[in-house]
Amino acid sequence: MGLITDIRDSISSLFSAQDPKRIGIYGPPNAGKTTLANRIARDWTGDAIGPESHIPHETRRARRKENVEIERNGKSVTIDVVDTPGVTTKVDYTEFLEHDMEKDDAVRRSREATEGVAEAMHWLREDVDGVLYVLDSTEDPFTQVNTMLVGIIESQDLPVLILANKTDLEDSNVRRIENAFPQHETLPLSALEGDNMDEVYDKIAEYFG
Amino acid sequence: MPEVKKADDDGVQIDLISGERMENMTSMEKIRMILDGVHEGNIVILEEGLSPDEESRLIEVTMTEISPDEFNGIEIETYPQSGSTDSGLLNRLMGKDETKKLTVIGPANQIETLHKDETLISALVSRK
Repeated sequence: MGLITDIRDSISSLFSAQDPKRIGIYGPPNAGKTTLANRIARDWTGDAIGPESHIPHETRRARRKENVEIERNGKSVTIDVVDTPGVTTKVDYTEFLEHDMEKDDAVRRSREATEGVAEAMHWLREDVDGVLYVLDSTEDPFTQVNTMLVGIIESQDLPVLILANKTDLEDSNVRRIENAFPQHETLPLSALEGDNMDEVYDKIAEYFG
Repeated sequence: MPEVKKADDDGVQIDLISGERMENMTSMEKIRMILDGVHEGNIVILEEGLSPDEESRLIEVTMTEISPDEFNGIEIETYPQSGSTDSGLLNRLMGKDETKKLTVIGPANQIETLHKDETLISALVSRK
């Protein structure tokens, strides 16, 4: 672990005293990424980033909130928060029809969703300095998208915090996520209710400051 | 090149691609080979899988090719890697390739994962 810490510290020092680091919020669709992005943006800037919805692929463009200054323990950390579309390997427009959407709207939404996922992958390879990986803690974390994305993040040596979201729901199971990704630190939270956000901000400052 | 017999309408073609065949291909050649096969309704099994960067590009290219009523994307399965970061990084520093993992890829509307753990992938493949 010492080697990892040393390398992370070396990488961190490369960025110190430079521009704000871009922290990408990644995860599968409907994990609560935009709810978290809005929670962070509202807590520290007063503004939201984008609309939240229970319909998958509400976020179809990466959205950036710049210069979010987070104050922790007398110090401040400035980051750019990048809310990204949920990553998937398939998009079927007929699933949107189940949400009372007309076919034209469903097709348009699916087309925009595919562009958004491609954009999110591009950001991950080229344009982010760290990742908040958000998972719905009521869902099984052993999915191919999670396996691949965490693997991609690790291959880029990006610092990553795993966030087990939706702890306000009865079926939430944080331990399952901890077991799925034992090599990373997992923090429980409810972005919707604002539960455990203090610890999340402490860790953001520690990982990305 | 021996004559290749095509699957008839009642069957599902499975292509098992050896690591040797992939060895000298570029990332885009691998992705093209996979997606061309999947577009034809084939199940593609890679003996040695893709690197994380190639997986990322495969998702990106797949997204650009999704077309309503024609192609919904892919289902892809590999074994999850447990506790891999520390050893993975050390192995990469030592030049050891950690990406070699059996990978199954098929059209999203034809392959469904029934069970997956670190040692078993169980999938249901249906005809178009």
